Amino acid sequence: MRIAKVLGLLAVLLVVATLAIAEGQVLLNAAGATFPYPIYSKWFDMYHQVHSNVQINYQSIGSGGGIRQLLDKTVDFGASDGPMSDEQLKQASVPILHFPTVLGAAIPSYNLPGTQGDLNFTPEALAGIFLGKITKWNDPAITAANPGMKLTGDDIVVVHRSDGSGTSYIWTDYLSKVSPEWQQKVGKGTSVNWPVGLGGKGNEGVSALIQQTPGSLGYVELIYAIQNKLPYGKVKNSSGTFVKADLASVSAAAAAVAKFMPDDFRVSITNPEGKAAYPIASFTWLLIPSKFSDTAKRDVVKDFLKWALTDGQQYAETLSYAKLPKEVVGKEMKAIAQIQ
Amino acid sequence: MATTPNAATPVDFTGNSRSLLRRLTGADEIAHLITLIAAATLLLITVLLVYQLWVLSGEARSRFGWAFFVTKTWDPVAGDFGALPFIYGTLVTSAVALLIAVPLGVGAAIFLAELAPPKLSSSLTFVSDLLAAVPSVIYGLLGVFLLVPLMRTTFQPALKKVLGFLPLFQGPAYGIGFLTAGIVLAIMVVPFVLSVSREVLLAVPRDQREAALALGATKWESTWRVVVPAARIGIFGSVFLALARALGETMAVTMVIGNNPKIAASLFSPGYSIAAVLANEFSEATGNLYLSALIELGLVLFLLTFVLNGLARLLIVITTARGSGVLPT
Repeated sequence: MRIAKVLGLLAVLLVVATLAIAEGQVLLNAAGATFPYPIYSKWFDMYHQVHSNVQINYQSIGSGGGIRQLLDKTVDFGASDGPMSDEQLKQASVPILHFPTVLGAAIPSYNLPGTQGDLNFTPEALAGIFLGKITKWNDPAITAANPGMKLTGDDIVVVHRSDGSGTSYIWTDYLSKVSPEWQQKVGKGTSVNWPVGLGGKGNEGVSALIQQTPGSLGYVELIYAIQNKLPYGKVKNSSGTFVKADLASVSAAAAAVAKFMPDDFRVSITNPEGKAAYPIASFTWLLIPSKFSDTAKRDVVKDFLKWALTDGQQYAETLSYAKLPKEVVGKEMKAIAQIQ
Repeated sequence: MATTPNAATPVDFTGNSRSLLRRLTGADEIAHLITLIAAATLLLITVLLVYQLWVLSGEARSRFGWAFFVTKTWDPVAGDFGALPFIYGTLVTSAVALLIAVPLGVGAAIFLAELAPPKLSSSLTFVSDLLAAVPSVIYGLLGVFLLVPLMRTTFQPALKKVLGFLPLFQGPAYGIGFLTAGIVLAIMVVPFVLSVSREVLLAVPRDQREAALALGATKWESTWRVVVPAARIGIFGSVFLALARALGETMAVTMVIGNNPKIAASLFSPGYSIAAVLANEFSEATGNLYLSALIELGLVLFLLTFVLNGLARLLIVITTARGSGVLPT
């Protein structure tokens, strides 16, 4: 009995002490896209080092999961590789604001033993291949763009993502823009009804399949390709230049669209104008509710956004993310005022 | 006066029937109650599982109805969903897996139980149990990096040359597809067939073997004609355990099946299975219809397992009835 009393007292003291220490701590929960997870976890960690009373916990469960958790209000903010649709925005109890954070791109990777140098792909070739209409590597649509390359009559084995992903969204969004047949038959989305091809799970699955299958062509996220030194080809942009994806050409794609950026930042930057722009790129967004009931959380979120758009961008390139052009950053800083 | 004792009214040593509360103070009754609660909890969990699957798939069920079972398209963008390619893929890969694993497993079990020296038997069984403990993802990785190139460069072309006249072995050989997934699944379920069959064979009483040998049978005749038929029910049980595992296997299958919702006669063709599509698409599924269609697929898998298990029970009942002379053989 004595011991029970003493233990009870100790427990109460412990709880009070923890509450006292926790005073001033702000804990935020977020969930969403897997693509920006490396840069977000770096940002949240760096921000915590600057503001030690703030802890942001991010779960990379996928864009779909992030949007769902945000609408269910189980997280404070979300992250997605594709902007929320109008129907999803209607389901939210408070208006959701989109803030682009970094840029990503999808590149065409292939396995053609015996070819030297990078292959050039035109939009018509890519659409035809993924629709299943162009089936051999020596098809005129491909050889016309690659004079001097020895392309045999091997079958093209198409590889795509089997899981829902922002990379698929970028790729299908691009194909929908450059091919009316693709737009009508398949459409764009994180998961689509692919006419042909094998499905790999994750960037790892797709690149493993490409490596294992001679004559295969698939799309992979740019950062993954850079870090794993995968061979990939050039894509022709709307100005007619064959551009190889890298951080500069991806940022150029965003800069080209910056002038026409809508106020809600829900824009697709595939196939933009601009000679140096890479045509298959996209923003990734943080989804922030425009009204916070907890003022401490609101202030932290606003301050974090300001930090991420300025100081945070310096970490983007080291992790192989393309940073936002300054026109876009300027517009976003003004939009932060909308969070109440 | 004391009531007449029977099974329904427990009595104490004075011959009077005991009240419920009195009954609960006996250790026997408490044990009875605890085990009853354990069994009831299991049943409750299963019922809750089916209930949740039913409720959450409501939107898809009302939208598609029975057509869900026969529709071939899976189009998240257009909102058109059908289960047929996945049911086909699940059944085909499981069938291939069982066709390979059952002869292999039962044969190995017969060898280990009857014909092998005891030390060899126990060490090989240990190795087989280790195989059962390997995680599914490892099998998937081994499948992608070891089996797929082997299938593509050697095995599938050889099959095509020898048996290419059958529609089962036609079409381009990618290395991944129904056949490769079936082989990976077979490797995963062999330990189950092996270990259960071996236990059941060892449990056949010695007198059966000795009687057969005494009547002049050879060792093999005694094994094949007396011991194995006596262990028949247990062997069927192991096969259905293997089938249950094969139906639900996710990661290993999704890495080698090609993830293409196609129905094709050829085993070289890529396909899709229910567990694989759930693993791939669930976390990013946006939209209520998409999500509820995926959950309905989960319900379909549950029903499939239920139906196949039911058939298994029926088969066991029939063979038992036949074996014990109730039904004519």
